[in-house]
Amino acid sequence: MNIIINGEKIEAKQGKSILQVAREKGIDIPALCNLIDEKPIGSCGLCVVKIRKGSKTYYSRACTTKIDEGMEIETHSPEIEDTRKTILEMIAEEHKEIKGEAKELFLKYGIKLKGDNKKAMPKLAENPFISFNPEACISCFRCVQACSLIKENHVLVRENRGMNTQIVAGINEALKDAGCAFCGACVDACPTGALMDLTARVEKETKKITSICPYCGVGCAIDYYVSGEEIIYAKGSPNGVNKGDDCIKGRYGWQFVHSEERLKKPLIKKNGKFEEVTWDEALNYVASRLKEIKEKYGADSIAGLSSAKCTNEENYLFQKFMRIVVGTNNVDHCARLCHASTVVGLFKVFGSGAMTNSLEDLDKDAELYFVIGSNTTHAHPVIGTMIKRSVKGRGAKLIVADPRDIELAEYSDLHLRHRPGTDVSLINGMMNVIISHGLEDREFIENRTEGYEKLRDVVKKYTPEYVEKITSVPKEDIIKAAVLYATHKSAIIYAMGITQHTSGTANVASLANLALLTGNVGKRGTGVNPLRGQNNVQGAGDMGALPNVLPGYAKLGTRRAREIEKTWGGKIPEKEGLTVVEIMHAASKGMIKGMYIMGENPAVSDPDQKHVIQALKNLEFLVVQDLFMSETAQLADVILPAASSLEKEGTFTNTERRVQLLHRVLEPVGDAKPDWWIIQEIAKRMGADWNYKSPKDIFEEIRKVVPQYRGITYERIDKFGLQWPCPDENHESTKILHDDIFPTPNGLAKFSPYEYEPPAEEPDEEYPFVLTTGRTYEHFHTGTLTRKIEGFNELIPEAFVEIHTEDAEKLGVKDGDCIEVESRRGKIRVKAKIAGIKKGVVFIPFHFAESAANILTNDALDPEAKIPELKVAAVRLKKCQ
Amino acid sequence: MILLNDARNIEDYLENGGFKALRRALEFEQDEIISEVESAGLVGRGGAAFPTGLKMKFVKNEKNTPKYIIANADEGEPGTFKDRGLMEKNPYQILEGMIISAYAVGAKKGFFYIRYEYREIAEKIKNKVKELHRLGILGNNIYGSKFSFDIEVVLGAGAYICGEATALMESIEGKRGYPRIKPPHSTQRGLWGKPTLTNNVETLANIPVIINMGGEKYHKLGKEGCSGPQLFSISGFVKRPGIYEYILGEKTIGEAIELAGGVDGNFKGVMLGGGASGYILNRDYLDMPLCFSDAKKRGVALGTGDIIVLNESVRIWDMLLNIAKFFEHESCGQCFPCRYGTRRMREIIEKIVNGKGTSEDIKKLNATARAMKIASLCPLGKSAMTAYESAMKNFHDELMEVIK
Ligand SMILES: Cc1cc2nc3c(=O)[nH]c(=O)nc-3n(C[C@H](O)[C@H](O)[C@H](O)COP(=O)(O)O)c2cc1C
Ligand code: SF4
Ligand code: SF4
Ligand code: SF4
Ligand code: FES
Repeated sequence: MNIIINGEKIEAKQGKSILQVAREKGIDIPALCNLIDEKPIGSCGLCVVKIRKGSKTYYSRACTTKIDEGMEIETHSPEIEDTRKTILEMIAEEHKEIKGEAKELFLKYGIKLKGDNKKAMPKLAENPFISFNPEACISCFRCVQACSLIKENHVLVRENRGMNTQIVAGINEALKDAGCAFCGACVDACPTGALMDLTARVEKETKKITSICPYCGVGCAIDYYVSGEEIIYAKGSPNGVNKGDDCIKGRYGWQFVHSEERLKKPLIKKNGKFEEVTWDEALNYVASRLKEIKEKYGADSIAGLSSAKCTNEENYLFQKFMRIVVGTNNVDHCARLCHASTVVGLFKVFGSGAMTNSLEDLDKDAELYFVIGSNTTHAHPVIGTMIKRSVKGRGAKLIVADPRDIELAEYSDLHLRHRPGTDVSLINGMMNVIISHGLEDREFIENRTEGYEKLRDVVKKYTPEYVEKITSVPKEDIIKAAVLYATHKSAIIYAMGITQHTSGTANVASLANLALLTGNVGKRGTGVNPLRGQNNVQGAGDMGALPNVLPGYAKLGTRRAREIEKTWGGKIPEKEGLTVVEIMHAASKGMIKGMYIMGENPAVSDPDQKHVIQALKNLEFLVVQDLFMSETAQLADVILPAASSLEKEGTFTNTERRVQLLHRVLEPVGDAKPDWWIIQEIAKRMGADWNYKSPKDIFEEIRKVVPQYRGITYERIDKFGLQWPCPDENHESTKILHDDIFPTPNGLAKFSPYEYEPPAEEPDEEYPFVLTTGRTYEHFHTGTLTRKIEGFNELIPEAFVEIHTEDAEKLGVKDGDCIEVESRRGKIRVKAKIAGIKKGVVFIPFHFAESAANILTNDALDPEAKIPELKVAAVRLKKCQ
Repeated sequence: MILLNDARNIEDYLENGGFKALRRALEFEQDEIISEVESAGLVGRGGAAFPTGLKMKFVKNEKNTPKYIIANADEGEPGTFKDRGLMEKNPYQILEGMIISAYAVGAKKGFFYIRYEYREIAEKIKNKVKELHRLGILGNNIYGSKFSFDIEVVLGAGAYICGEATALMESIEGKRGYPRIKPPHSTQRGLWGKPTLTNNVETLANIPVIINMGGEKYHKLGKEGCSGPQLFSISGFVKRPGIYEYILGEKTIGEAIELAGGVDGNFKGVMLGGGASGYILNRDYLDMPLCFSDAKKRGVALGTGDIIVLNESVRIWDMLLNIAKFFEHESCGQCFPCRYGTRRMREIIEKIVNGKGTSEDIKKLNATARAMKIASLCPLGKSAMTAYESAMKNFHDELMEVIK
């Protein structure tokens, strides 16, 4: 298209706005309200330009006007500049204290701010993270656009008329009451500094350092703005998987690093009290005690818990330490509690236990999301936003299967509220419908799979009628779900609601079967996509922090294991070690005597808490390495202060297999040390001749041992991570698994059908309710980090139990009343929260040590993956006396 | 009289040939109706004087369905009350026009949007809609044809801006009444993003007339540049204020005032085309025929057909202050030029009325007027200073007299 701007002929693409084209040409048109080029709101009027088209001359907004053949545009004619100046002058008469982008504009036009009327503070300002200055707010609505159009959160809205026009949250509420996600998108959008991060301040020298968020498995890149040794604010980096998005934890969750409660010195418990000691003393003591126990009871009397919060390098070193320095395979980590069944289940069907697709292709190309057992907007908010945006923005379909009215359910085409623990039946039911309607992908089944007949036979009896009886989902909905899923390019997204069951492996395998049946694997916008909880669950597994496999999932006692032995220069025991829950059982029976726990808090995170604490107390020696005095650390003999992930280098592998490099943002506090350093120092004192100078040294060894990581180097991932498998340095990384063959011996995927088995504990007369557990948006895991942050505690100060209103009524409790929840294992008291949840089911988040949900949960295990059934326990409720 | 006939109940309306036009129209092709309206030269009576036939054609030619039609009876312009009179006296003619228009453009659903202050009339219209349903004139297969159509009566949100077609649509959709950015025009993407025909109720009442007499003949009513009858709300310092119907171009402003009993007091001027967004004119305009093209030639517009007569007791600055207050109150606040401009205009005029105006203030007012005209998002902001600017031209000396 040919147009003329300020006398210059320009060729530009059809569909662009004048503003876009002008900017591309370096013409600076002021624009205060424009945020999304495709959805201009035309509020400020500053971008107005003069247009001649044919015989007509008129003025129009550059942001809202698309270019058209033959347009002659003037962007800075005198009357237009006068108009801009007048608009700015009028704003200046009403406002003061304007900062940022808008301030620049006032300077440019030589206009002084003169406003002096005191504007009332709206309610939205009452919140722990975001400040609001009504004197600076010019109601340009960029924040409203960011909140609704970019984030689909719809918290901020425009209110009132004329000069009283203002932004409010919800129905003029405090941000948190209006459902604010504290994603900060509004802050980033605001051109006047009216909305700011509370911690932000103007400093002469700030550095921007990009690293990876320490929380969930999405692995967002976060830009940290640092002054001296202090972070002053942070926001999602545009150069990460998150493309500038973030959530409350990424944006404000770093505040724990500056907590007063950080451990700064090594501690040894002497006469029941912790005393500060030097590193030398602590390390010598740990080494000698571990040696002593090994000599006295044998290496298998020692167990180690590695950590999905630590880097790949540290996990690698930890398991290497346990295997060849201590000499046992008793090493596991908390992924056992979240995704062990994913690894086993997906391995069985696909031959590989990782997320099949990438966020990028799911975002752009999935026609339908089937979200099951994942409260995505809370646990993986950036992916939750991605789904909401795809649904609203490009009309993607959404099926949600969850007993709770999770936020995504509001966006869904279909919400299946199945009874907890009946997933296999539901999925088999969908497959039954798909086969009986002839919607299966024959060609895919023929060419790429085996075992179809077995599947067909197993799902035969799962008719919609039969499944309705088990799941209590109406049969029409089961049929609708099956047809929708089978007739679109569909992506399955799941999390702990699927895995944390005695049938966890069966659940995962059934989802994989469903994907195979419809050919929804190996293509963009499809696949089976487990969302990993901790930031480095994927990596900790890849590094072999598991009792049955070595780095790169090499099996014990195989040829590959012997190759690793060669690299390590030591003997790897061949006997499989114990898993997390088994370790605790063994400890309570006195079979495990010493334990080394790095960055985990089993006293709160593991099922059947009473039993875990008793097990830990039963140990002869416990060493805990952590940032804080966690509930587990309190039981330790030695506590080693660790550096946080913002204080060190290394790599994390996110949920989509992307290996990402951390950049050190701060120096460690006090005497805290990176975990890899601590492990190496202990190892040296136990006779290992290790000499890693940096995480990079360790990573170079990982590249040799883990074939999936071979092509990845620190240099290659300095700016943006690569996705494994990446077999050599020229390899571009693997975005989608299984596009060609499956990593199985014959290259075919294997249908692995399961029959429905009820959960280990079903409600009965004595314990009539089903308890399910999980996370809140604000807190993370056992709260070791988030509960150190005042603002997070202000938002969610204490545990609660979500309950259906009719159930609450029957118990005679109102919202906010105390309820006693009791299972066969213990009881806790929590506040009632009337919520959208299935009748007969209650939900308690597990972050809160003082009313720990895991006092109630059942440690019954999935027979294959040994993951405990954290998602279903039978409980009874009564009003507190 | 063509529009302002008294036919408050269905018997009277039918007796005078009511719904004959509809029955006839249903035998026409859609395009035939539209070309009748086009050749009639009817333009909208809601203020913008847009050719009605052309608008119908735009909607008719859109592929996207369903389509909607809106009868605009928000009548919020101060000094305008002709829609109320028409709805009270001759409601069926509006409804008949609406049904014919719906048929012509292919709309199956119509909304009759009435300002909140007229809620009693809204009740009556609702009853009439029900009545037409009973008679088979609304609902499925109207008069046995294949055409089905229904009307929903919607009460306005009590804001002047909601009379603006796109703000009105937002309001019907249950949202805040903010005017939309154009393009896309609402003929293309209107209510719920679907093609929508919006017409003033008076415009609609002309449709049966055109069908009955034929476009050519209707066109001959009036003169070059304006055809058909139009209602005028005549008020202010005049002896017999009220609604008067004239064929366009037949009367001058001066004659219209005389026909309304003449000026009460000594003539000073008139406000033409709307009590807020209209023009303040002096006696030079008395000989101007009430016709769109004559108005245009002299740089003014008939707007919603108001003539507010001013006598010598009226001080122009006071009047301008009232107008400024009105706009400050009615600005939707969506865009900066109007939100801040209406505030500034009121503040400065208030200062002037209090005897403290300076030439600096006049400069500022002029700059504000220009910025609002160039950069406001919708016609409300663009026309907020029309009164001031026209007064500056026609009553320059009086206005400048008080400026220091
Ligand atoms: C601020 C504002 C208020 C308006 N109020 C009305 C109104 O009350 N009634 C009306 O018919 N048109 C009103 N309009 C004009 C409508 O936007 C639209 O042009 C009209 O309804 C189209 O119908 P017509 O072509 O039959 O005139 C208003 C326009 C503006 C800018
Ligand atoms: S807070 Fe900022 S972004 Fe929001 S309306 Fe005010 S100035 Fe604009
Ligand atoms: S922080 Fe996010 S959710 Fe909250 S108001 Fe701002 S944009 Fe909306
Ligand atoms: S010109 Fe006035 S009424 Fe129109 S959109 Fe702007 S603020 Fe609203
Ligand atoms: S940027 Fe175009 S109106 Fe504000």
